[in-house]
Parts: sequence; structure tokens; C-alpha cells
Amino acid sequence: MQLKPLARSLAVALSIVVIAGCSSTGGTQDGDSYGSQDGSSMGAGTAGAGTGGQYGSTTGSGAGQQADSRIPEVRTIHFDFDRDTIKSEYESVVMAHARYLRANPNAQVVLHGHTDERGTREYNMALGERRARSVQRFLNTQGVSSSQMSVVSYGEERPAASGQSESAYAQNRRVVFNY
Amino acid sequence: MQTLSKVWLFCVLLFVSSVASANLTIEITRGSDQALPIGVVPFAGSDNMPEDVAQIIQDNLERSGFFAPLERSAMFDRPSQSDDVEFGTWRSLDVRYLVVGRAQQTSSGYQLQFELMDISGQRRIIGETVTANADDLRGAAHYISDQIFEAITDIRGAFSTRIAYVTAQGLGDDMQFGLYVADADGRNSQQVLTSDQPIMSPAWSPDGSKLAYVSFETERPAIYIQDVATGQRVQATSFDGINGAPTWSPDGRRIAMSLSKDGQPEIYVLDVANRSVERITQSNSIDTEPNWSPDGRSLLFTSDRSGGPQIYQYVFGSGETNRITFTGNYNARAQYSPDGDQIFLIHRSSRGYQVARQDLDGGRLVVLSETTRDESPSVAPNGTMVIFATQQGNNAVLSAVSADGRSSFRLPAAQGDVRDPAWSPFLN
Repeated sequence: MQLKPLARSLAVALSIVVIAGCSSTGGTQDGDSYGSQDGSSMGAGTAGAGTGGQYGSTTGSGAGQQADSRIPEVRTIHFDFDRDTIKSEYESVVMAHARYLRANPNAQVVLHGHTDERGTREYNMALGERRARSVQRFLNTQGVSSSQMSVVSYGEERPAASGQSESAYAQNRRVVFNY
Repeated sequence: MQTLSKVWLFCVLLFVSSVASANLTIEITRGSDQALPIGVVPFAGSDNMPEDVAQIIQDNLERSGFFAPLERSAMFDRPSQSDDVEFGTWRSLDVRYLVVGRAQQTSSGYQLQFELMDISGQRRIIGETVTANADDLRGAAHYISDQIFEAITDIRGAFSTRIAYVTAQGLGDDMQFGLYVADADGRNSQQVLTSDQPIMSPAWSPDGSKLAYVSFETERPAIYIQDVATGQRVQATSFDGINGAPTWSPDGRRIAMSLSKDGQPEIYVLDVANRSVERITQSNSIDTEPNWSPDGRSLLFTSDRSGGPQIYQYVFGSGETNRITFTGNYNARAQYSPDGDQIFLIHRSSRGYQVARQDLDGGRLVVLSETTRDESPSVAPNGTMVIFATQQGNNAVLSAVSADGRSSFRLPAAQGDVRDPAWSPFLN
């Protein structure tokens, strides 16, 4: 386990996080244009790039793309309570991402799985991962290379909508495609 | 442990020690009908002190659910030592116990003398002189509360303990998270960590010096171990997938956790010193939320191997795994009582998600809380109370219920959500 060198680079990246965090950015809320981050293999790099809300243009999967193969605009799909099956109404969305990823073998996507707030936090972490992996499997069957995809579950930790209404819960049960 | 602490000394940077605005206040939501009437007389000589010691003691005793303190306005006599106590006066007020005391300023702080009287037995039970710095009067009041509580109930007091909890504000990609440690009464809060990425599942080491927790600060979950006093910390695990739900072994040498590096989340045990991990569960299902038994011999965990989440017990050595819960179709996040005889957990009833208790010896499940959006139960080290997170209006707040379900209180924060409480072990 190469933990020490990783820890050192994480240390550097994290001190950047701290400094950036202290400089009180207004927080650019552009959750759907994360640039190209490889969240799975290098946590340290991701942390550095991800600081200060300056996502997007730092690393360039966007560079050199054809206008007709842009990242699909719909990047969130929703799920039924306690389910991880992709609903038929969202299949076209997932297919569009599959086409984009096949056409752009250098593009990377991080699939973020989310749940609503009901139930315990760590169990929901597992349910969120199950949803994201369900999308990952679907993309895989559509010919997307495994090396282009990674999965991060946020469980119930990052709700998109607040409140205890059924509609808030429905908005929060989701998988988000982050490029 | 030594090698670990060498790696990440830098993290003092992240440790922001501050008396921030995250103090929690207390609201008693349910009083026990079996609470013992007690009077806590304001201490003589305490008028100009920075803290009202008698009030802190009174609040502690009331919050425990074991006591029903007499209102100060009903005290027409205010003795400060046992010799001055007129037993008849207090008997007529239906008081069974009385606490009297006095404070004296010294060159280095204060000297507090207290005595506990048994009114019906007409005798002095205990008395002690306690010295305290001016900035630790609350600590002295908690210590005195512990002595009083134990003298009457025969149960060790847990007022000098602390709670760790997580705060959150905002929505979606625009959120701020904080990890705090506060006194058991919600006061004296200190920020341990702050991040714009989720922080989860704080767990106290058995000696109360460290917290293990999950942080997404690298944009994916990793488990960290942080020294509470110094802020020094190490990253303990950062495997692919989930790194979650840390829980310490009673000897502090190992941490059980949930990792999904090999597929579905499974229970693993990390050796803290050499960082090796050993896989414990082998199932094609979700296995998470481990909790170590007080005798170190077994683990509770949540698994959906039967369909929905239920509580299972794994026995070290034999590897035997038994299902513990059978009531309803959702039981999760179990924790042993300090004596190991009972478990506290989240149970989905017809009303919602509630804190429940079950005897390990085949007993039935009993719902304790009256709220219905409950999470993260954590039991006090003396086993008398369970703190948990729940909803009040649109905010997540901390709440606590006595282990017998008879009394409860709430600790709302000024703003934002408060959740994921973890009650510390005894610290003295």
C-alpha cells in the first residue's frame, strides 16, 4: 500500500483546500461542469482541482471536442424509493451519455449516487452506491469502457432539495453524471 | 500509532479551535413521572461568579430524567451548609434530596463546597470541597453533578462527558460541514474540522482522546483519525468506493468499518498500528454500520442479506453470524449498551424511523422515541440516555431519550442542521 507518498501529496492538496477555503469564495454553483476529474485514481489531484469552487476549465476534457459531441445537457436521473433500477423515462438520458463517452474515449465521468434523507446515514451511503453502480453497469453494457467511469456515493449527505415532502425526496433520489 | 501520527502533522492547519456559535441549548421535552424531587439551593457567595454553579447542577440532574428539581422561586430558605438545613421545611416542599453549597474566591480561582442531604433520612450523604479555575466552573459543576448522581442512583454520572456531532448548512453543491465537540450539555463547543464536503460518522476512541470519522474532502470518502486535543490527524483508509462507519475496538487497537472496495459494502477490521485490513463478512449484500461489543468479542452490523436491513451479530473466533432483529422490515445502526446486554437501534415503525431498544437475550423490541425521523443513536457511557439526530420543523436537531423511554430532551442549534452525534466514553 503506497500510503505515505499519497498521504504527502494529499497533505499538499489539502493545505490548498484549507487556504482556498479560507479565502471565502462566493461559491460558483456549476455542479454540472466539473471539467475532467478522475476521482477514482488520484484523490489528491482531485482535491487540488476541486478547491474553491473553480470547477470546469482547470483540466481539459472539453478541449478539442467537436461541437456535435458535447456533454449531454441532462446530467441527473431520478429513482423510485428504495430502488436502483433505471426508469424507462431516463434510458434515453443514459444512452446519450453512453454515446458521448464512446465517442470521446478520453472523457471521464464520475457517477454520484444520492438517496433521500429517510433511514440511517451509512446504510443510505450503500444505497446511493448501488444506484450509481446500476448506471455504471448500464453504461458498460452500452460499450462504455470501465476506465472512463468511477462511482462516488454521497448517500443522503448532499440533498438537492430541502424539506420532508415527497417531491423533495423524489428530487434527492438521483444519480448525477459529473464530467 | 506512532507511525500514523508522523504522517500527517500538517493537519493542525485544519484544526480550528474556537468557541464558535455552534453551542446547543437544552429543551426538556418529556419528564419522567418517577423522577426524584430534589432541591439545589443557589450557592452562597456565588452572586458575582461567571457561572451559576447550582443552576448547572440543577439542569444536569433534570436532564438525566432521574430527578425533578424544585423551582428556585419555591425556596424560601437558602441554607449553604448541612448544619443550617431545616429538614421539616424541605419535607413540607416534598423534596427528598437537597444540595447546598458555598463558593469562595481564591487567588487562583474558586473553592466550591457542596453537601448532599437526604431529607427523609435527615442525614448528610456526601460532601466535598472542589477547587476550580474561573474558566472551568462548568467543569466543576459537572463533576459535582456526577458525585450527586452516583450517590443517589448508584450509577456513575456522565455529566463530565462530551458529544461529537456534525453540522451542515446549504444544499447540493453549495454546502458547509463542520465537526464539533461539545460538553454533554451542549455548551463549550469546539470546532474540530470544517469542510465544503461531507463529514460523517464520528466515533470516539475508547480513551476519549481521538475521533475517527469519514470526510469527503478529497471528493470521495476516506476515514481519518484525529487527536481531539492537538488536532493532529492521519488518513486511515482511502480505498476505492465506500470508506464508512468506523467503530473502535474496546482496546483502541482496531477499527471496524464498511468498505466497498471488493464490490458490495462489507465489514472489515483495520489494525490501527500496521494498517492491515481483514475482511469480516462475506455476503453478496450491503453490510455496514458495525459496532464493537464492550467485551471485544463480537460485532453488531446492519445487513440487507435477508432483503431489507436487519441487525446481525458476528462472533470473533468462531465466525458465527446470527440475526438479532426480527420485528418489522427496517432495523439499522445498532449499538451495544455499555453492559453489552441490550442494543439501541433505528427501527422503522408504522409511524416512521424511531430509536428503539432490544434485549440481546431474545427480548422484544421497544420503541423509545416519540419522533419519527430519527437517526444515529449513541448511548451514554453509563447507559442511561441515548442521544440521536431527528427533525424539528425543517431542521435536523439532536435529541436524547432515557434508556427506559420515560424522559427526553432536545438540543437545538441556533441555525443549520445538527446530526450524527457520538457520546464520548468517560473522560476522567
